[in-house]
Amino acid sequence: MAEPSLAQQSFLEQRKRKLRAITFARILIFLIFALIWEASARLHLIDAFIFSSPSRVCHTFVSMVSDHSIFLHIGATLLETLVSFFLVFLLSLLTAVLLWLFRSLSKVLEPYLVVLNSLPKSALAPLLIVWLGANMKTIIVAGMSVAVFGSILTIYTGFSEVDAEKIKLIYTLGGSRWNVLKKVVLPSSVPIFINTMKVNIGLCLVGVVIGEFIGSRQGLGYLIIYGSQVFQLDMVLMSIVILCIMAMILYQAVNLVEKHCLKWF
Amino acid sequence: MIPLLELSHVSYSYHEVNGETLALSDISFTLEQGSFLAIVGPSGCGKSTLLSLICGLLKPEEGTISFLGKPLKEAGANIGYMLQKDHLFEWRTVYSNVTLGLEIQNKLTPKHLSAVDTMLETYGLSSFRDARPSQLSGGMRQRAALIRTLALEPELLLLDEPFSALDYQTRLSVCDDISGIIKKEEKTAILVTHDLSEAVSMADQVLILSRRPGRIQKLVPVTFDMENRTPMRSRNAPEFKEYFNLIWKELNISG
Repeated sequence: MAEPSLAQQSFLEQRKRKLRAITFARILIFLIFALIWEASARLHLIDAFIFSSPSRVCHTFVSMVSDHSIFLHIGATLLETLVSFFLVFLLSLLTAVLLWLFRSLSKVLEPYLVVLNSLPKSALAPLLIVWLGANMKTIIVAGMSVAVFGSILTIYTGFSEVDAEKIKLIYTLGGSRWNVLKKVVLPSSVPIFINTMKVNIGLCLVGVVIGEFIGSRQGLGYLIIYGSQVFQLDMVLMSIVILCIMAMILYQAVNLVEKHCLKWF
Repeated sequence: MIPLLELSHVSYSYHEVNGETLALSDISFTLEQGSFLAIVGPSGCGKSTLLSLICGLLKPEEGTISFLGKPLKEAGANIGYMLQKDHLFEWRTVYSNVTLGLEIQNKLTPKHLSAVDTMLETYGLSSFRDARPSQLSGGMRQRAALIRTLALEPELLLLDEPFSALDYQTRLSVCDDISGIIKKEEKTAILVTHDLSEAVSMADQVLILSRRPGRIQKLVPVTFDMENRTPMRSRNAPEFKEYFNLIWKELNISG
C-alpha cells in the first residue's frame, strides 16, 4: 500500500491523540473517585465501617483470594449468567421463529408476552425458589426470566420488520416460507440478535444476582446479602466492584462478537 | 401457434377493513414467444399487480391466465421476475447472490453454474464474483439482479420498473445493456414502466392501462424500420417521436 499523504498522517495522529485523551480521562475519573473515597475514610469524614474504603475492599479481596473462596463465588455467578444468557438466546430465537412461522399464534400470544415482559421479574424469584428449590437451576431460571420475554418481543418485531420486497424476491425465485426465513429473515436480523444480546447479558446478570439474594449459598449476590447481614460491608462493596468489572467484561465480549459478525451490515 | 401467455378477462381487487379497491378490471391480451411488451399507465393503475398475477404470486379473482395453453398453475411456468430494486443481499458475495435462485430451487448443478459463469463473464461481472454488492455500481447491481433472474432460465421475464432506482445517465446505458441481454438470450419479456420513452425504445408493443381500476385502454404495436435495434438507436429514429406522442395522448385521455 502507498504511504498515506502528510495530511492523512496528521489526521490519524490527531485522532490517536484524541482517543488517548479520552482513555486517560476515563482512568482519571476512576482514580479521583477512589482517592476521595480512601481519603475521606482515612480522615474520618465518612465511617469506614459502613462505607468501607478502596484499601479495605482490596484487603478483603486479597484475603478471599488466598483462601480461594472468592473463585467459587465469582465462578458461580459467571457460570449462571452465561448459561442463562445462552439459554435465553436459544429460547427467544426459537420462539420468535415459531411466532413468525405461525402468525395467528403470535396474535394470540401477544398480550401474554407484553404482560410477562412488563412484570417485575423479582416478583417471581421467591416462587421459583419454592417450586424449583434453592439450587443453581433456580438461579439460572431467575436470570432467564428477566431477559427472555423482552428478547422474544424484540427479535420477533425485528423479524416482522424485514423489507417486504426482499421477501417477495424469494417468492419470485420460487422459494417457500421456509426459504424466506433461512435466506432473508434470519441473516438480515443479525444486527438485532447482537443488540438483544448486548441488552440480555446485563439483564441476565441482574436476574442471577436477584436469584442469589434469596436462594443461594454461593455467588456474588449471596456475598452481598451475607455481608450486609453480618455487617461486613467491605465484602458487600467488593462484590459490587467485582460485579461492575464482570458486567464490563461480558459486555465487551459481546462487542467483540459484534465486530466479527457485523462486517457486512 | 399457441401464445406463450394469454390473459382473458382478468380482474383483481385488494381487500381491506376499510373496503375493497378494484385494481384491475377485465384485462385480456396475448403474448407471443420472443416478443417484448411494455405496460404503461398512470401510477396506481395496477401495473405491478398485473405482474404479480402473471407471476402467480397473486391469484386473479376473475378470469384466467394461461401459459402455453394451460392454466398457469398446471403449466409449471418458469417465470422470472425482476423487482424495482435489485435487493442484492449484502451478507452474500455477488456470486452467491446471483446463484440465490438456483440455491432455493436446488439447481446448483454444473450445467446451471457454468451458464451463470458465462453470463458473469459476458456481462462484465466476473472480476467481481467475490465482491460484496456494495462494491458494485448501480448499473452493475442491476445486471447482477438480471443474471440472478436469468440463472433460472425463465421462459418469460417480468421487469417491474427495473431502472427507476438509477440516475438518468446510468439508466440509459443500463437500459441498452439489459435490452441487449434479453435479445441475446432470446427471452420473452414484459416491462412495466412509467417512463414512456423507455417503453417505446425497448418494446415491440405498448399496452396502455387506464387510471384505477386499470383497464386496457389501447395496445400500440411499435415497429422501427431498422436492423439491430437497440433502445438508444430507437430513441434517435424518426418514428420514436410519433409513438411517444401517440401514447402520451392516450394517457392524457385516460387522465
